[in-house]
Amino acid sequence: MHGTFDSSDIDAVIVPVRHFSYRRVVLGRFMRQPIAMTAALILLAIVLAAIFANVVAPADPFQTRVARRLAVIGTEGRWLGGDELGRDVLSRLIYGGRISLSMAVLPVAIGLFVGGFLGILAGYAGGRTNMAIMRAMDVFYAFPSILLAVAIAGALGPGMMNGIIALSMVFIPPIARMAESVTTQVRSYEFVIAARLSGASTGRILREHVLSNVAGPILVFASSQVSVSIIAASGLSFLGLGVSPPYPDWGLMLSALRQSIYVNPWVAALPGAMIFICSVCFNLVSDGVRRAMEVRR
Amino acid sequence: MSVTFSAMQAPLPPIEDRGGPSQPLLIARGLRKEFRLADGLFGGRTVVHAVDDLSLTVNKGETVGIVGESGCGKSTAARLIAGITPADDGEVVFDGESFWTPRTRIDAERRRAIQMVFQDSASSLNPRMTLTETLAFGPRAHGVPTAVARTYARDLLAAVGLPPSRFAERYPIQLSGGQRQRVNIARALAIRPRLLILDEPVSALDKSVEAQVLNLLVALREELSLSYVFISHDLNVVRYIADRVVVMYLGQVVEEATSAQIFAAPRHPYTRALFASKPSLDPRRRIEAPPLTGDPPDPVNPPSGCRFRTRCPIAEAVCAAAKPPLAAAAPEGEGHKVACWAAQPGSGHSLAPRPMGALQ
Amino acid sequence: MLLYILRRILYAVPIGIGVTFIVFSLVHIAPGDPISALLPNEATQEMVEAARKEFGLDRPFLVQYAIWLGNAAMGNLGTSIGSGRPVATEVASAVGNTFILAVSAGLVACVLGFLLGIVAGLWRDRPVDHVVNLITIAGVSVPHYWLAILLVIVFAVDLNWLPPLGMGPDRSGGWQFDWAHISHLILPTIATAAIPMAVIARTLRASVVDVLDQDFVTTLRAKGLPRQRLLWHVIRNALPTALAVMGLQLGNMLGGSVLVETVFAWPGTGFLLASAIFQRDLPLLQGTMLVLAMFFVFLNLVVDLVQSATDPRIRRA
Repeated sequence: MHGTFDSSDIDAVIVPVRHFSYRRVVLGRFMRQPIAMTAALILLAIVLAAIFANVVAPADPFQTRVARRLAVIGTEGRWLGGDELGRDVLSRLIYGGRISLSMAVLPVAIGLFVGGFLGILAGYAGGRTNMAIMRAMDVFYAFPSILLAVAIAGALGPGMMNGIIALSMVFIPPIARMAESVTTQVRSYEFVIAARLSGASTGRILREHVLSNVAGPILVFASSQVSVSIIAASGLSFLGLGVSPPYPDWGLMLSALRQSIYVNPWVAALPGAMIFICSVCFNLVSDGVRRAMEVRR
Repeated sequence: MSVTFSAMQAPLPPIEDRGGPSQPLLIARGLRKEFRLADGLFGGRTVVHAVDDLSLTVNKGETVGIVGESGCGKSTAARLIAGITPADDGEVVFDGESFWTPRTRIDAERRRAIQMVFQDSASSLNPRMTLTETLAFGPRAHGVPTAVARTYARDLLAAVGLPPSRFAERYPIQLSGGQRQRVNIARALAIRPRLLILDEPVSALDKSVEAQVLNLLVALREELSLSYVFISHDLNVVRYIADRVVVMYLGQVVEEATSAQIFAAPRHPYTRALFASKPSLDPRRRIEAPPLTGDPPDPVNPPSGCRFRTRCPIAEAVCAAAKPPLAAAAPEGEGHKVACWAAQPGSGHSLAPRPMGALQ
Repeated sequence: MLLYILRRILYAVPIGIGVTFIVFSLVHIAPGDPISALLPNEATQEMVEAARKEFGLDRPFLVQYAIWLGNAAMGNLGTSIGSGRPVATEVASAVGNTFILAVSAGLVACVLGFLLGIVAGLWRDRPVDHVVNLITIAGVSVPHYWLAILLVIVFAVDLNWLPPLGMGPDRSGGWQFDWAHISHLILPTIATAAIPMAVIARTLRASVVDVLDQDFVTTLRAKGLPRQRLLWHVIRNALPTALAVMGLQLGNMLGGSVLVETVFAWPGTGFLLASAIFQRDLPLLQGTMLVLAMFFVFLNLVVDLVQSATDPRIRRA
């Protein structure tokens, strides 16, 4: 037994010895934030409604009916009004979540993987690799984000895939920057140096030491981008660069219903309201997650 | 529950001694490292000579202390020797075999011979790993099966005085500074190194805890026949643990001697100033005048000749002219080296001892 | 300091070149033969051959890029497929209109954002802070094209106070400082300003709170510094961050203008871009993008320089 230890050393930190899972702590802290929880539940409801749209939606989103053209809110069978072809706006809003939310979430997910990979690589490798990757990112950063998406989607032409590709190009650079800066920081920490000294392979160090410490901040940052993404994605559809009619999509619906604001103004506002609600909720949830993950001093 | 290292079933084989007892464990020659600050316009560079022509020898079983002000290059030197920061020049020979040169990389198996213990901080241990996971990592990287490595990790905890029943599943945030340092030491020892480089290992600790950690280090050194390079700015600590002391100033070694020699009779004006600034517990010996005046010079443009001359009380013209070599100090002879013109016979400095031939 | 400015300008050069490269590549990521993207569908064989020669499409990619870059530097951005007029002319006439909208929205966003942020920061956790918080959350989350439509519904359709479309009464596109023109500007300004206003307010609140928590402010308070003088210290310390965000937001406003200008049929670059996309007029798309992106690069440069002038810590580098 080496070095006698006295009680002041051992009990300086009084922490009950128990397994404490980081994830559970964060989840607990998140659930104690009423606003973020409400936002999360609203999002969940919208997502579930979109997934089970065929059960939830009161009508066929594609079925046109001339008599219900531009029906006002409250019309029987068209509770949230009818669109320019007499289709049920409520059903189209519910179905619209499928395309609109995918077009918002997928680009961020792609950005997370590609940008995260590039950023961690640049941050851990340092030197010339870092220079090459980050300077390339800087160039994409030199475009206002929506403009870049519009330009790429504009060149590629309309279509959901093209929209997703264009938006991914927007989210890769900021996520890569974020990943690079946290990785550079974590790389300088003594525990990483100790791991390198132990002779462990770079892959093992990245997997076991670096990834677990950079994943949190990168994920939080990426989640904060979803609210930007949904606005941009619906913006592309609004310009006619997303899915093509007759598929229901909030941006596309907004653009179509906009033509009839003099006849039926408030129905035209509805698809935008869905985009707004989702964007607000994504923002609030991401704020909540960030707060739940904050290190308390 | 007193587990000792010698009684422990270590899953990794020890590193065989090759050179025999007289072969120094570590020889570092001419280490050099420049850091480039922001690149200037059109490729003009700002260069900091963090470590400039540093040589160091550590004998088997020996503890070498490196002291100096913060920013003198101690920590860079440590990382250069360990091969974690690539050096611009120089080489390290370990137990008679090349450890690294600027062109060769160290293979994983040999790398484990030299490990480091860092100053205690929030980032010295991975906050996302339990202590068991942290201690099992190194052995697993060397092919030890996870289950074996985890059992071994618990033994390691016990050996550094942390009962595994209470500590094995803890996270670093649940430890005090002293406990974290014990884990740091255990992590370094987990892969059975022969040389430990300790970079300010007790500087962040309370005085009472510091003594416990130092005692642990001394006990481990005996039991595992380790050698230490012990970096600290605390002279009392170095005096307690080191057999030999190296004093660094602005990336260069200015004095080197055994602990006894250097604490009894420091020769370099910088060492003297450093020792004079050591607080004494005796109020009658309180420090009145500041022993060192002025800031350290800008490392980007170090002074010509002797780098200490701008703050040196005995600087003369010769000090600006040329850099004094690290040479044996005249009266003490063997083992005591100093880089100061005032200690070099025939240097032209007014305080220099007279050369042999000039004796009448 | 001078060195820093020079270095920062030099750094902008490769970025600018990278930007031109991406803009150039736009035509080449478009599906099909670039020549078909550059010419109207009914183009004759001679036109195709002439264009091939003009753009050097038979040459290697990088040579084409060099030719295009050289032409662009001389002010030749190609010919619009839709109108048949030079792209440079089209863009030039649109830039001024976007500029009017950007300046007015930028002013509104900066002034309001600055005020809201400072007020919220100074009265942290009081009711006024919560109100500002609500406004900014809504602001950063609002799809501005939807806000634009809402504004039209309320103020143009329902109340009939303001015009829903265009830039002036005569449709000619000229700008004058009279009510007829200003009334056309109000709704687009609000829609464009919403997001930057919210972001600026948020950032400013955060940095005010940050500054107030610092030790030197506690010291100033303890020494009895009057409140308004304290405010000056706070603003001075929060300013560099605020400026950086403002600059970036002004740039993003340019991006956002694509959608807002479309809603209001405001004849600016965004509208031009949208119609270029709608008509698959790639030379026009390319030219407009080039001008907007280069402006954004320039803006970033200016922001960095202004920021370094207000923040002594940056100059050390």
